[in-house]
Amino acid sequence: MKTDIILAGVGGQGILSIASILGEAALREQLFIKQAETHGMSQRGGAVVSHLRISDREIASDLIPLGTADIILSVEPMEALRYLPFLSRNGYIVTNTTAFINIPNYPDLEVILKEIRKQPHFVAIDADQIAGEIGNKRASNMVMLGAASPFVNIDPEKIEAGIAAIFERKGEEVVSLNRKAFQAGLRFAMEHR
Amino acid sequence: MKQDLYLGVEAIGQAAIDGGISGVYAYPGTPSTEITEFIQGSKLAKEKGIRSKWSANEKTAYEAALGMSYAGKRAMVCMKHVGLNVAADAFMNSAITGVNGGLIITVADDPSMHSSQNEQDSRYYGKFAMIPVLEPSNQQEAYDMVYKGFQLSEELGVPVMVRITTRLAHSRAGVVRKEEVQENPLKMPFNPTQFVLLPAIARQRYKSLLQKQERFEKAAFESKYNFLKIGEEKSLGIIACGIAYNYLKENYQEEACPYTVMKLSQYPVPVALLHKMEKHCEEVLVLEEGYPVVEETVKGIFKKNLKVSGRLSGALPRDGELNADLVAKALGKETTEGTPVPELVVNRPPALCQGCGHQDMYKALNQAMDGYSKGRVFSDIGCYTLGALPPYESIYSCVDMGASITMAKGAADAGLIPALAVIGDSTFTHSGITGLLDAVNDRSNIIIVISDNESVSMTGGQDSSALGKIETICKGVGVDPDHIRVLVPMKKYHDMMVQAFKEEIAYEGVSVLIFRRECIQAAARRLRTEKKMKLNPKA
Ligand SMILES: Cc1ncc(C[n+]2csc(CCOP(=O)(O)OP(=O)(O)O)c2C)c(N)n1
Repeated sequence: MKTDIILAGVGGQGILSIASILGEAALREQLFIKQAETHGMSQRGGAVVSHLRISDREIASDLIPLGTADIILSVEPMEALRYLPFLSRNGYIVTNTTAFINIPNYPDLEVILKEIRKQPHFVAIDADQIAGEIGNKRASNMVMLGAASPFVNIDPEKIEAGIAAIFERKGEEVVSLNRKAFQAGLRFAMEHR
Repeated sequence: MKQDLYLGVEAIGQAAIDGGISGVYAYPGTPSTEITEFIQGSKLAKEKGIRSKWSANEKTAYEAALGMSYAGKRAMVCMKHVGLNVAADAFMNSAITGVNGGLIITVADDPSMHSSQNEQDSRYYGKFAMIPVLEPSNQQEAYDMVYKGFQLSEELGVPVMVRITTRLAHSRAGVVRKEEVQENPLKMPFNPTQFVLLPAIARQRYKSLLQKQERFEKAAFESKYNFLKIGEEKSLGIIACGIAYNYLKENYQEEACPYTVMKLSQYPVPVALLHKMEKHCEEVLVLEEGYPVVEETVKGIFKKNLKVSGRLSGALPRDGELNADLVAKALGKETTEGTPVPELVVNRPPALCQGCGHQDMYKALNQAMDGYSKGRVFSDIGCYTLGALPPYESIYSCVDMGASITMAKGAADAGLIPALAVIGDSTFTHSGITGLLDAVNDRSNIIIVISDNESVSMTGGQDSSALGKIETICKGVGVDPDHIRVLVPMKKYHDMMVQAFKEEIAYEGVSVLIFRRECIQAAARRLRTEKKMKLNPKA
């Protein structure tokens, strides 16, 4: 049983927080993980990607081969499309619909969303809005993680436990906010997958 | 056994601590930076008193590490691939002096140039210096090799290179640690002239290095990181170096690989292993990350006229990072690919942060240079290099650290006046000071802009060696104090900055304009820590 996830976003959006929670949960489940990150130049507002591989068998490559990813989890809509060559035929795109516009030639958002809706399996979610309704837009990454969790081969409850572990140091309030965000994302995905 | 998740670079930092180093020396550079950061942040390293502050550049770092080894202690020096060019003089000669305490030089190469000017392969340097090179295939091997590498260096009497590439450096996997080794006691070199490379002594020491080659090769032959797995199918044999071994394995998940495979992770290339291998294959494919180092080497070693293919023959691309898909293609395996990237997706290059002082400096510079033809501003390496891209398009060079000042000087010597240099604070103390001295001694007509954000920002905000010292350095080197000016790059001072540029352009001689404002990322980090301290002063 394996789950190969392409995590996508823009430098500064914090995709690595998603990766570390999944990594934590996978380790607790005694699974193997490998997670390739983008450090360096691109972290200055460039396109960033992390390859996260979880498996019950030892993992060879740090990078996911083309056409085999189970999930593209993107915190930004255009970035979701950048990695389509990695997605397997049965794979899911789970993407935030709030655009991060830091370039002058950013395409029309409607055209991007149309392109996403053309894909066979997708969940498109306005994570920023949902997080805002819960209490803090900064929890949008946890909404995204929740929305992707039905497609990860780890029990969502175990992932939620990973959230608690990672945010524990920041206090009960932060943990509870992020849990709520996760649950909202999960609910949305179950209703819209 | 307890496994913890480590980035490749963190595994190396942990292994150095556990392996008994007394100090790590480094200048930041992606993808090597986090090795030293890990040691700087380690509680255990603090308890042990391991020395870990940043050095001014890779050469000073290398020499200090060699000095620690001279004194009998174990040391590690870390850098990115191009950093080894800066440290090359010390590096090459340290192979001749040899070591006393174990010395590991960890070099992180960056194939595909994710954050670099080139993709040079440090294994060539290893070969050039004729020292053993270790090239881990995964995070656990990276840990084990560094942990054991100090002992290897002491046994063989030379520095040992650990070569990693970006992918291993920045990928996380489970690692099992080993027992901590205590640091070495102070101990002088057995031979008092070992480190005196006067020609007569150097000749002897060079001969001794040559004689040791056989031992290095034997060590590689016996190394558990190198092995041969004989396959039934003789049409092909595969040599998989370092991380390429994983990409090969990725292609044989469901079925066993039918070919004879040689895993190669310790150099020099063990000739005896190649001779064993050639009996089992009619052709050899070399999988390596970087330049065709092994492909070139083995061609001259295989006895028969065995066909060798790899990056040089075109079986694999000549440039760029390797991956499982490229390996699959080289093996003639079928690959699947998802749907292509839709045309509407545009590039998202890195950019200067909102509110960064470099921006305000460039806006003033552009206005001051408005009346001149383009191409007069030389620059250097750092966040400010992004000023080459729109909307600024202010600078016309980025070659190697420190080159802005010396290139501007050369161009001014040639008659290109005005000529300007834009350099960062850390780059200035890394390699700019000596160039400034040349300019002062030659009375070159150049304007040097030091865009001082008081941090090494491109690599993630490390402490800058230049902090609080720039004016004093410039004065000490001999710049006329009337032409050392400090400005604050903020919108409200725009006209003042433009005026300063114009005045210094009019001056015939060396001017230094220092634009000083704290990096916006560093400021945000500082505010966060201050807030935390207020909430919990004891922490
Ligand atoms: C020889 C060498 N060492 C290290 C690097 C990596 N590197 C590139 S930019 C940079 C930081 C430059 O800092 P600074 O000059 O202060 O500019 P800033 O990024 O803060 O604007 C470093 C360490 C390199 N490219 N070459």
